[in-house]
Amino acid sequence: MHAPPVVSEIKEIVRQAIEKHGKTLDALIPILSEINHVLGYVPAEAMREMQQQIHDPAKQNYLAEGQLFSLASFYDMLSTKPRGKHVIKFCENAPCHVVGGKAIWDTLRKHLNLENGGTTPDNQWTLVTTSCIGLCSVGPVLLVDDDMYGNVTVEQIPDILARYE
Amino acid sequence: MPFYRSHILVCVDPECLEKGAHDVVDALQDELVAQGLINEIQVLETSRIGSCSSGPEMMVYPDGVHYVGMTADDVPFLVEEHFLKGRIVEKFREIHKAVVDEELGPLRPKEVRVVLRNCGEIDPMNIEDYLAVDGYQALGKVIGEMTPEKVIDEVTRSGLRGRGGAGFPAGRKWALTRQVQDSPKYMVCNADEGDPGAFMNRRVLEGDPHSVIEGMIIGAYAIGASYGYIYCRAEYPLAVETLNLAITQAREFGFLGKNILGTDFDFDLEVRMGAGAFVCGEETALMASIMGQRGEPRPRPPFPSVKGVWGKPSNNNNVETYANIPQIILKGADWYASMGTERSKGTKTFAVGGNVAKPGLIEVPMGITLREIIFDVAGGIKDGKQYKAVQTGGPMGGCLTAEHLDLPLDYEALAEAGSMMGSGGLVVMDESSCMVDIARFFMEFTQAESCGKCTPCRIGTRRILELLEKICNGKGKAGDIEKLEDLCNEVAKNSLCGLGQGAPNPVLSTLKHFREEYEAHVLEQRCPAKVCRKLIRFEIQTPTCTGCTVCARNCPVEAIGGERRHPHHIDVNKCVRCGICVQVCNFHAILVES
Repeated sequence: MHAPPVVSEIKEIVRQAIEKHGKTLDALIPILSEINHVLGYVPAEAMREMQQQIHDPAKQNYLAEGQLFSLASFYDMLSTKPRGKHVIKFCENAPCHVVGGKAIWDTLRKHLNLENGGTTPDNQWTLVTTSCIGLCSVGPVLLVDDDMYGNVTVEQIPDILARYE
Repeated sequence: MPFYRSHILVCVDPECLEKGAHDVVDALQDELVAQGLINEIQVLETSRIGSCSSGPEMMVYPDGVHYVGMTADDVPFLVEEHFLKGRIVEKFREIHKAVVDEELGPLRPKEVRVVLRNCGEIDPMNIEDYLAVDGYQALGKVIGEMTPEKVIDEVTRSGLRGRGGAGFPAGRKWALTRQVQDSPKYMVCNADEGDPGAFMNRRVLEGDPHSVIEGMIIGAYAIGASYGYIYCRAEYPLAVETLNLAITQAREFGFLGKNILGTDFDFDLEVRMGAGAFVCGEETALMASIMGQRGEPRPRPPFPSVKGVWGKPSNNNNVETYANIPQIILKGADWYASMGTERSKGTKTFAVGGNVAKPGLIEVPMGITLREIIFDVAGGIKDGKQYKAVQTGGPMGGCLTAEHLDLPLDYEALAEAGSMMGSGGLVVMDESSCMVDIARFFMEFTQAESCGKCTPCRIGTRRILELLEKICNGKGKAGDIEKLEDLCNEVAKNSLCGLGQGAPNPVLSTLKHFREEYEAHVLEQRCPAKVCRKLIRFEIQTPTCTGCTVCARNCPVEAIGGERRHPHHIDVNKCVRCGICVQVCNFHAILVES
């Protein structure tokens, strides 16, 4: 697993994300997404650093830390809690549901001994459900990090997970 | 020249090489020699197969099997299984890639492709491919020969209506935004396709991004906009990548930027990525998200055509609406209006999913019946089962039954039947689906996606869900169905935006058409479709069970016992009714009872 990020690292990641997306209020979501992508989540320290860098009354950029937390907690793809090394996103939507998604979900939970949103003690896996990823013609569908798996069967689950161990 | 019965193509692009593609090639050569197959099977190196992120990867021909994540150590096993025993090694297969091609195959019966015409036919990463199929000619025609008024008139006469689901006439929206005396004006493309089961826009963005961009530039010319945003959901990373590349290429060719095609018309465009919020598909929420805020809707009016992004006039259309525009300009309004019904013109893309034989993406003329879509285009119900219902319009749409099969599809006909066009997801259900469970399922979705701003939606959806859960768990009481109905009507009437107003639809429509299923749950504690877990039990049929132990090994709670080669049995007290045993049993020995 990743070692927990130290504050100096976080500050550097925030600095880079701001440099890439700009020091403006409409760049907040892209910046948060970038931090989330690099670290797997958005630590409180990162939001603090963002606030300090972007808040600038001279430029009419008013920003409170709470606003950032409000954003990070509103959008599903941003996490305010650390996640495991690999994140499994299971599509729980109707098209996958009616073609046997429930059994896949139960198998995943059994295999990893996790509930929705949980992370294994060794920080290897986080299991979450996801909004529809639009691969409905090959449901049930799951994502491991950015890899997509379609037409998943109960028997395939151990093989799929073994690819990441 | 030796004759090889099989060829292995190993990808040797930089990423695969770094992951050890050459070691795999060497191991293959060694193993083929060791097994005496070197004169039968040829190993070749190829520059790119396409899934390098899960490399090293290889293709085996003539079988057409794609293996990924190979290491040199895997090779002996693979050679033995695939080339000696002739068995495909499932655990090395690229699972997604092999099946996703089914999504949009060759033209199906009754299909007419306007929006999807280029998908799968051209290289979306190369603007020259689009130019070769008359790409950007409509833009040339518009800028060279047409006034903005003429463009709006053409779109109005075509009868094109908003493909995001609401069906507002596109030409009229453009005219409204044009009229507003304020600047700058913005073009917005809603690519936040969040309806579960809908993936039409994803395919267009990934397969033909320039058609959307061209449609937006034409619209910008017509309404006088100088800047545009494509708001694409973060669940579609490939679409975002394709769009960004397409925008860069369009700029290089002078279709975007300053002085487009040598005139004084300036327009540029950027992609804004969402971060996972369904409600951002609502136009005022979407614009809030573009401006870096929580995606919460606000009351309308003012409509975005008056006050949109940055408080300025903004024209918001869906991906599919824009993708229709270039064809309407090139072939004329009359051509487009010749397709469809009196009130709804042209074609509509649908994503057909659920229990049909051939799920996938289709594009059909408006006015086609559900029967034609399900049975002629999508191949009918899978596994010889009976058709039961179809959910149209996504989580805010409704369930339609067998009596609606001959309904000609257009915006009004669907609304009159108690559903809606929505963005075009169709979830087809067979006899094994429980309609109360489906309603609960959609409610779970809308309840979770409610942004929380207005009370009827925030609390109402939660209460509706609780009632449905109670009913599914066999705890329903007389009067609950009526209470559910009341609550649904209140939430629909009083919510701020389309999400809350539409959220009760799946419940109301299933209540209307499948009331007897609700009554069976409430009055008899019975689930007729044998789905609701608290109301069913599993039983192993003694004569059919071979004692193969597969069910016992897969049971998550160890509720199945029995000796090998002897019939097994289920401990009903331990059983959580997940249904995994039914799925894995090869002998259909497990029965579900209600």
